[in-house]
Amino acid sequence: MSDIAPWNHTVAQAVIDALKDREGAALPILHALQECFGYIDEAAVPLVAEALNLSRAEVHGVLSFYHDFRRTPDPRRRIQLCRAEACQSLGCETLVQHAAVHHGVTPQGRGSVRLETVYCLGLCAQGPAALVDGAPVARLDAGRLSALINGAPVEAVLAGEEA
Amino acid sequence: MSIRVFIPRDASALAMGADAVAGQIKTEAEARGLAIEIIRTGSRGMAWLEPLVEVEGANGTRFGYGPVAPRDVKGLFDAFFLAGGVHALGVGPVEELPWFRAQQRLTFGRCGRIDPFSIHEYRAAGGLRGLDAALAMRPEAIVEAVTQSGLRGRGGAGFPAGIKWKTVLGAAASQKYIVCNADEGDSGTFADRMLMEGDPFTLIEGMTIAGLAVGATKGYVYIRSEYPHAFAAMERAIEVARSAGVLGPCVLGSPHAFDIEARLGAGAYICGEETALLESLEGKRGVVRAKPPLPALQGLFGKPTVVNNVLTFAAVPFILSEGAKAYADYGMGRSRGTLPVQLGGNVKRGGLIELAFGVTLRQIIAEFGGGTRSGRPIRAVQVGGPLGAYLPSHQLDVALDYEALAAIGAMLGHGGIVVFDDSVDMAKQAKFAFEFCAAESCGKCTPCRIGAVRGAEALESAIKGEKRAENLALVADLCTLMRDASLCAHGGLTPNPVESALRHFPEDFGARAALAAE
Repeated sequence: MSDIAPWNHTVAQAVIDALKDREGAALPILHALQECFGYIDEAAVPLVAEALNLSRAEVHGVLSFYHDFRRTPDPRRRIQLCRAEACQSLGCETLVQHAAVHHGVTPQGRGSVRLETVYCLGLCAQGPAALVDGAPVARLDAGRLSALINGAPVEAVLAGEEA
Repeated sequence: MSIRVFIPRDASALAMGADAVAGQIKTEAEARGLAIEIIRTGSRGMAWLEPLVEVEGANGTRFGYGPVAPRDVKGLFDAFFLAGGVHALGVGPVEELPWFRAQQRLTFGRCGRIDPFSIHEYRAAGGLRGLDAALAMRPEAIVEAVTQSGLRGRGGAGFPAGIKWKTVLGAAASQKYIVCNADEGDSGTFADRMLMEGDPFTLIEGMTIAGLAVGATKGYVYIRSEYPHAFAAMERAIEVARSAGVLGPCVLGSPHAFDIEARLGAGAYICGEETALLESLEGKRGVVRAKPPLPALQGLFGKPTVVNNVLTFAAVPFILSEGAKAYADYGMGRSRGTLPVQLGGNVKRGGLIELAFGVTLRQIIAEFGGGTRSGRPIRAVQVGGPLGAYLPSHQLDVALDYEALAAIGAMLGHGGIVVFDDSVDMAKQAKFAFEFCAAESCGKCTPCRIGAVRGAEALESAIKGEKRAENLALVADLCTLMRDASLCAHGGLTPNPVESALRHFPEDFGARAALAAE
């Protein structure tokens, strides 16, 4: 996550200008801003509104509707843990407890990593599953999750070298 | 002549370390001075074997080894796997595996076999023949072929695709759109993801044929953000298709224009509902629209729009190249063709199983799945995603068919099957159904927005044994209300998992606590 830039008005305007002529450009612009800065700064709202001829309230409405968009920076490692039915059938809820009890990490935002709840990653025959900073990990168990929370590289965890 | 080695790049293989395995194989081959060519493919759909490494023999037969971990690679070379040598991980010729051979892969025929980004390999494997055929036909004839094939929407509603296309064809407008719903949010489903990562040109071809059929020149694929690999694969495949002249102002050199753009969702399950998806594509909150007007007449930006699921579009190239009858010959009753079944959850051998409609759930779970992964007895099976019913083990002889499932109060949905063993607490599952509905509700209609919250509260109280009868009566009442009065299927189908759990597993819902209190 080292390629994330601090908030910058000029860069943000350039990002917006590059996409504003697409049909229904709001989501592509918000995604691009978040990819650039890691979150969407409050100062971006009037810029997006101006570019798309929307009110600030409308942009705020879109920004707050979708689970993906963040309003504050969070440089911690991101672990998106699937908690939908297929992963429930293989015990993902015990992993949530494990993270809380042993690492103080909760889906409400506490702890050394950003643990997020997602509903389905399409890895339903190999659960429990997660995306770790975008990299898929299947067949999670308490040991693998601990290693990921402790910062082990995904490749090492997948190769079974986490211990 | 170098030996060809195929290693999947599907997320299900990456999630088990496929990249490291590919790297290790390359390094080891170089160290031993062996000439190999590594080709990254999609997945065959045998999830328990991933990463499944395949080696091409002299006559083109592909020998499989899996699941391969990086530490296995040296041993594979020592066992001469490049010559099909014997090794503990060897599964023999992949296409001869009973699990694989028992399928009818009409839509997924190329997935896992070819390089997903080589248009040359795609054509060599029978790709673009459907588009060639469509370019020689009048729009009405294309729509007629799709109608005759009996193809029904694979997203869940099962609406006949040909009728939808005919409506859009008949609508006069300056601009029409083709929208592919790739917001595959149902737990237990991954066929859309697999196809986009493993054979994206089939989707592009299907959407292009739809464009020709209804007179649309622009298509969108709306892909959920939980599928970053599928999104990247579609973007890359669209680029390749453009430079190969499949997409663009002159589709395959014809006077017809068609182009596609991939769009990324932002983590809202409700955007899998077609009108919420259209709102999202327009750059708005993913809030459901009232129908009518139908999207076929007033869809994206108010223009006539075909909205179909990935699997619906992906079935079209076969129908055009092999004929409507060839497709309709598969299936049962009013469910024609094949269904890519997705078997997941607590199961030994899960994955993608494409079969003609009519196979029973028990056959899928026992014969293909091999029972539960935990080895414990099956207690419940959820079919059709988070809004689908939970079936007890004595109902598993039902055929996979839209009408047969509806007859027992269940639904096929997008074809996902999730298996639970006897450790499952069905009251928890029912409560989760309400909680999921509340978390993902768009908030537009009251039955869904409030009903789901109250439902979860009332269930929780009942489970604890507090005013059990009253609270269960309230849950029943809320279910009726949500089913009858919700604006879309999100609220309207949430009663399915709740009521089926209550009906088939009443013992989990606080009966014991209630008895103890008396």
